[in-house]
Amino acid sequence: MRRSAGLLLLLLPLAALVALPHVLPRFHTYVAAIVLLTALLATSLNLAIGYTGLYQFGHAVFYGVGAYGTALMLTRSGMPAPVAFLVGPLAAAALSLVMGLICIRLSKLYFGMLQISLGSLVWAVVYRWYSFTGGDDGIHGIPLPDAIASPKGSYYFTLAVTALCVFAMHRIVRSPFGKVIQGIRDNPVRAAAIGVDVRLHQLASLVIAGFFGGVAGSLFVVVENSVFPDMMFWTFSLEVLIMCLLGGMYTYFGPLVGASLIVLLRVFASVHTQYWGLILGTILTLVIIFLPDGVLGLFARRSLTKEDRGA
Amino acid sequence: MLRVESVVKSFGGFKAVDGVNLHVGAGEIVAVIGPNGAGKTTLFHLLTGHLSPDSGRILFKGKEIGGLSPHVICRRGITRSFQVVNIFPRLSVFENVQIAVLSRERKTFRIFSPVKGMAEEEVHRILRSVALFDQRDVESDLLSHGDKKVLEIAVALSGNPELLILDEPTAGMAPEETERCIRLIRKLSEESGLTILFCEHDIALVFEIANRIMVMVRGATVVQGSGEEVRRNSEVQSAYLGESGEC
Repeated sequence: MRRSAGLLLLLLPLAALVALPHVLPRFHTYVAAIVLLTALLATSLNLAIGYTGLYQFGHAVFYGVGAYGTALMLTRSGMPAPVAFLVGPLAAAALSLVMGLICIRLSKLYFGMLQISLGSLVWAVVYRWYSFTGGDDGIHGIPLPDAIASPKGSYYFTLAVTALCVFAMHRIVRSPFGKVIQGIRDNPVRAAAIGVDVRLHQLASLVIAGFFGGVAGSLFVVVENSVFPDMMFWTFSLEVLIMCLLGGMYTYFGPLVGASLIVLLRVFASVHTQYWGLILGTILTLVIIFLPDGVLGLFARRSLTKEDRGA
Repeated sequence: MLRVESVVKSFGGFKAVDGVNLHVGAGEIVAVIGPNGAGKTTLFHLLTGHLSPDSGRILFKGKEIGGLSPHVICRRGITRSFQVVNIFPRLSVFENVQIAVLSRERKTFRIFSPVKGMAEEEVHRILRSVALFDQRDVESDLLSHGDKKVLEIAVALSGNPELLILDEPTAGMAPEETERCIRLIRKLSEESGLTILFCEHDIALVFEIANRIMVMVRGATVVQGSGEEVRRNSEVQSAYLGESGEC
């Protein structure tokens, strides 16, 4: 009974998302695609921060490297498009491994600060290397295969890949590996004392998070047809972090909700004001004070206390 | 099984452990006692890899284990509980034991098979043996203090250890909880022949269940022997038992 209700809760929005481009105008379809890939990005960050307890403060770098990897392959190599879409996420995963090896020796905030520093280094290289990355102009007019070049095509591609990735990560957090990283998050000392190699599992989790962050970046290329260095700047990392906080870090679908809210708010706020940072800051403050567990975390807690009362 | 030879560990200028000798034979229950600050917990941290010794040898089944990482020592067959409750608070009772079993079976890198139901039989058996089966779906943070300590022992047991180290297993427990914990320790030793090393402040309890006792004062071993030998030792009487006025 409960299971079928859950399935319905999953299938209804999915059906709505499939129908969306036929109902909404083109601009809204584009916004919906951005919402989807940002939701994927936030969910991938949550794997590291919510499920493994690592202070992943530079996640946008993997998003950016995924995007640039795909964009550069599409514009500068003669390789077929599917290869380009694999190279982006794999490059992000590789960078995540290298940065992870360096940062993992530090704990908590120090891990986060070092990650921001290394991420900024990558950003600076991309920002300055005009001959290769296009510098602060970025890369525009990226050629895409015909099937995903149209607005509807790119939307459905984004929807399919996002759904697949969100499903895959859902499997991962419910696997033995997923349980163990949650154990590490809760209590690394205890995890080591039951024979778990803590750093190795943390590193694996970082690589997985980096990979899916890179997938989100590749999707950005599809939807936007361009890439620019700002998408890997550290301030965007924090924005993704706020999405996780807003939606609820300890729930699987929380970051997805948080990402949707923030992206929609940004799109519609930017019509009226250019002070987006001010709005974001206000949201963050309110979330910290009133919703420490995020939007979904609040619902989860409500239903938990209801069950307790019932028992 | 376990042999500790003149191990030293200092923090800055303070020698927390200063020449400890300890011998634990297979199947024994050995207790470490000593006043607060004698270095009991530091010694246990050295045995399980949470600290590395400055000098001296720690041999487990004839092999040096001093300075290895905790997860490696666990895989060699030593698991432990901590003085302050140390469990996975956001996971359920079942999951706490389950991930310890999965870790022992080296299944922690399976990323696509669902964890639900994995190793269920064994986890249920362990939870029944410590009488936590009825609370298996409770988030472990919500357990009572005594149940948490018992759960931690269950987690340590899930690694199928040859040597179980318990750092003050009954600390902070109500009397009836203490009673239950003692029965559990006895049962483990009798039924599965598990070797147990523990430290404890409750002297009566120590003399009740330990085969042999090691007394530590200011980081050093004073004596190790049977309860009777320890009682008779004059140094122990003046240094430790004397001040509590017992025995």
